[in-house]
Amino acid sequence: MQNDVVLTMRGICKQFPGTRALNNVDFTLRKGEIHALMGENGAGKSTLIKVLTGVYEKDGGSIHVDGSEKEAHIRSPQDAQKIGISTVYQEITLCPNLTVAENMFIGRTGDRIVHWKEYEKKTAEILNSLGIPARPRQELSRCSLAVQQMVAIARAVDMQCKVLILDEPTSSLDEKEVEMLFGLMRDLKRRGVGIIFVTHFLEQVYAVSDRITVLRNGELVGEYVVQDLPQVELVAKMMGKDLNDLADLEEVGRKSLSGSEVVYQAQGLSSTESRPFDFMIHQGEVNGFTGLLGSGRSESVRAIFGADRVTGGKVMVHGKPVRISKPYDAMKASIGYLPEDRKRDGIIADLSVRDNIILALQVMKGFFHPMSRSQMEQFADEYIKALQIKTASQDTPIGSLSGGNQQKVILARWLLTHPDFLILDEPTRGIDVGTKLEIQKLVLQLAEEQHMSVTFISSEIEEMLRVCSRLIVMRDRKIVGELTGSDLNQATVMKTIAGGEQ
Amino acid sequence: MRSSVKGRGTSGLGQLIIPLVALALLVLFNLFRDPSFFSISMATNNAGNPVLSGNLISIIDSASELAIISMGMTLVTASCGGQDISVGAVGAIAGAIFVKVVLGFASINVGVVILGILACCVVTILFKMFNGTLVAVFRIQPMIATLILYSCGRSIAYWINGDATPQINSPIISAMGMTIPGIPVPTPIFAVVLVGLLLALIFRLTNTRLYSQTVGINQGAARLNGINPVATKLLSFGLLGICVAIAAVIGVARLGNLSHKTILVDIEMDAILAVAIGGNNLGGGRFRLSGSILGAYIIQMLTTTLYAMNVATVNVKAYKAIVIIVIVVAGSPVVKARLTALWNRLRSGSAGTAGKEVA
Repeated sequence: MQNDVVLTMRGICKQFPGTRALNNVDFTLRKGEIHALMGENGAGKSTLIKVLTGVYEKDGGSIHVDGSEKEAHIRSPQDAQKIGISTVYQEITLCPNLTVAENMFIGRTGDRIVHWKEYEKKTAEILNSLGIPARPRQELSRCSLAVQQMVAIARAVDMQCKVLILDEPTSSLDEKEVEMLFGLMRDLKRRGVGIIFVTHFLEQVYAVSDRITVLRNGELVGEYVVQDLPQVELVAKMMGKDLNDLADLEEVGRKSLSGSEVVYQAQGLSSTESRPFDFMIHQGEVNGFTGLLGSGRSESVRAIFGADRVTGGKVMVHGKPVRISKPYDAMKASIGYLPEDRKRDGIIADLSVRDNIILALQVMKGFFHPMSRSQMEQFADEYIKALQIKTASQDTPIGSLSGGNQQKVILARWLLTHPDFLILDEPTRGIDVGTKLEIQKLVLQLAEEQHMSVTFISSEIEEMLRVCSRLIVMRDRKIVGELTGSDLNQATVMKTIAGGEQ
Repeated sequence: MRSSVKGRGTSGLGQLIIPLVALALLVLFNLFRDPSFFSISMATNNAGNPVLSGNLISIIDSASELAIISMGMTLVTASCGGQDISVGAVGAIAGAIFVKVVLGFASINVGVVILGILACCVVTILFKMFNGTLVAVFRIQPMIATLILYSCGRSIAYWINGDATPQINSPIISAMGMTIPGIPVPTPIFAVVLVGLLLALIFRLTNTRLYSQTVGINQGAARLNGINPVATKLLSFGLLGICVAIAAVIGVARLGNLSHKTILVDIEMDAILAVAIGGNNLGGGRFRLSGSILGAYIIQMLTTTLYAMNVATVNVKAYKAIVIIVIVVAGSPVVKARLTALWNRLRSGSAGTAGKEVA
C-alpha cells in the first residue's frame, strides 16, 4: 500500500537562534501527485524545502525516499540530487549565455570527451517529448522566461528525479506562460514524478494541485485533498482563523465620507511592479488595501508614491492633474509614505533620531534652506514627546532603538511634513501590542481631527477592520473587490480575498 | 524620555579619540626624544623676509595638500561608500592647466593667477563629474571608475604643456607656495583654513552634509525621502574636484615648476588613509571632516619624525607602515569593542571590589 509514496518526512524540526522555524512537521508526497505547500510568509515553507534539499540540516525527524526503509541522509544539494530530489527556483539558476543543450548537460556529462552532437540530439528528444518550444542550439537568454523555466525543469527531470520541487515558478510569468508550465507539470505527473508546488497564487493551486499541505508558524496545520478544501477555508487555515469565530465579530460601522472632497484620485495607474488600477481617497477617510502577501497591495501604494517607476495612468490631487514620477513629486503633492520594510526603506540607521525625524521636511524645504539646529531640536523634541518615542537622546542613532520606536520615528518624519494624504504600509509589523494600539489610535485621530486621508495596509485583518472605513481587496495583483459598511467583517473580507464560488 | 532628550550627547568626540590619542603619543614621543623638537623660531628666508621656522611649522605646512584633498575624499567616501584613487593624477592635470594658463600671459599678476586657479577648478570639476557619472549613474565601483584617470592622468598632464618640467618664476607664485612678504606663516596653511571654512559654510547653507550621509547609509531610503542620490554623489565629486585644484596649485607654487611625474604623487593613498585614521567609515555614511584633517597631520608628523630620527629615505615607508597598522588596528571595530568591554569590566570590577570592602 505504501509503494506509491515517494517521499515521507516525519517530525521534522529546525531551530534557528531565537525562533522555532519548524516544529514536528510531517509531509508526504505520492507518485504522480502535484502537492501544493501553502502558508503565509514565515510559516516555514522555505525552511522545509531547504531541509529537504540539504541547504539546512534538520535538528530532528526523519526523511524516507521512494518507500525505502533506510533513512535518507541529505547534507548538501548534491546529496539531494543523487537520491532524486531536484529543485527549480523562482529565479532561473541556469547560464543564460549558454545554449539550451549545454544548459541541459553541463556539470553532469561525466565523460572526458564531450560529445556535444550527441547531447544536442538527446536534448532535442527531451524537449520534443515534453513539448517544450525550444531548439537545442538556441542561446538560453533568447528563450522566454517560461521556456527557460521549462528547460530547468527538463534538466531536473532528465536527471531521473523522483521529487521535483517548484519554488514560486510562476511569479514572473504571464497567464499564457503559466498555462504552458501547467501543461508540463501535468505531463510530468502522468510520468509518475511527485511535484511539490510552492506558490502564493491561490487560483493556481486549485488549477493543478491534487493535495495541499498547510503550514503556519512552523507547524503543520494539515494535509487536504483539494476537492475537500474550499478556497476560503484554505485562507482561514493559512491565517489561523476559524470561520465560525469570524461570523460573530462586531461590525465596524463608520460614517460615509463620500460627500467630502476627493484628495487623491488615480486612473489606470501602473508601475513596473503593479498592473493598472484605479484608486481614490476622500478627505479625512481611512481606507486600506488588503490581500495576501504578494497580492500586489504594497506595489499599488508604491506606484501612488512614485517609489517604483510609474509607467502610466492619470493622477489628480485636489482635483488638479499632477505628474508623480518620483517620491519627491509625491511629497510636493503633500503625500507621505511609510514603507513596508522599515529596515531597508525607512530608517537611516547610523543617523540620529533627530536627523531621521526632520529628514523628509528638510528635503521638502529644499537643498539651500537647511533648518537651524535649534529648530531641528525643537521639532524632534515635539514629536519624541507626542509619539512617546523611547530614546536616550535625540542624538541616539535610530538603529539602536527598538523596532516599535524606530517605526514611530519614521511616522514622526511624515507627520512633521503635515501631509494631506498619508500612506502607511504595514506600520505595525513586528511591533509590540501596546505600540500597535497607539498607532491605530493615532491614525483614527489624524483622520478625525486633522482631516488627513490615510491609506493603511496590514496583514492583520482585525486591525484593518478597526481603522478602515473602506477596504480594497487584491488578489493575484488585481483589485477584486471593494468593501464598505456592513461588508466590513472578517468572513466577507476573507471570502473576497479567497475569491471563487466556494 | 528624561531630561537627556534635549541633550546634544556627550559622545561627540567618539570617533576622534583614536586619532587624538595617536597624535598625543607622537607628540610625547618627540618631546621625550628631543625636547626642542617643537620649538619655533623666527628666521629670515632667502628673500630677506621674516618667517617662522621649526618642525611644527614644517609639519603643518607640508601637510596642507594632503589635508585639503582628505576633506574632499571624506565627502566622496561618505556619499559613495568608496574612494577616488585618481586625485593625484587629476591634480597633475590641474597643475598643468594652471601652468598653461599662467604662462600664456606676458606678465604674471594677481588677476592672471586667479584666472589660472579658476581654470584649474573648472577642469578638475569636469574630470570629477566624469568619475562621478561613472559611479552615480552607471553604478561602477568608485575605485574602478577612478582607476582610468589614475593610470592616464599624468600622461594627459604631460601633453598639456609638452614639457617635462615647465617653470614659472613669479613672486606671486612663490608667495603662494611659501610665504607672503610680511606674514611669517606659510601661505599653504591659509589655504587649508580657507578650504575648511568654505566647506563649513557649504554645510551651513545647504543640506550637503545630511544628504551625503543619508545617501551613503541607505540610498534606497534616501530616494524614498525625495533625495536625488545621483545629484548628491556628483556634488561630492565636484567638491573633491575643487579641493584637488587648490592642492595642485599649492603643489606647483611650492616648487615654482610642474613635474607631472612627482606632483601630488601617491597622495590618493595618503588621503584615503587620513580619512580612515580620522575614524570615518570607508564604507560611507556618517563622517567628520575634522577627523580626516587630523589624520592628514598625523601622517605628516609621522614622516617628519622619521626623517628627524635620521631614518634613511628608503626605509621611511616601512616604518610608517608599521605605525599606521597599529593606529588602524586600534581603531578597528573589533579592538574598539574589546576595549569598551574591558573598560566597562574594569569600572564595574573596581566598583564591585570597593563594595565588598565596605561590606
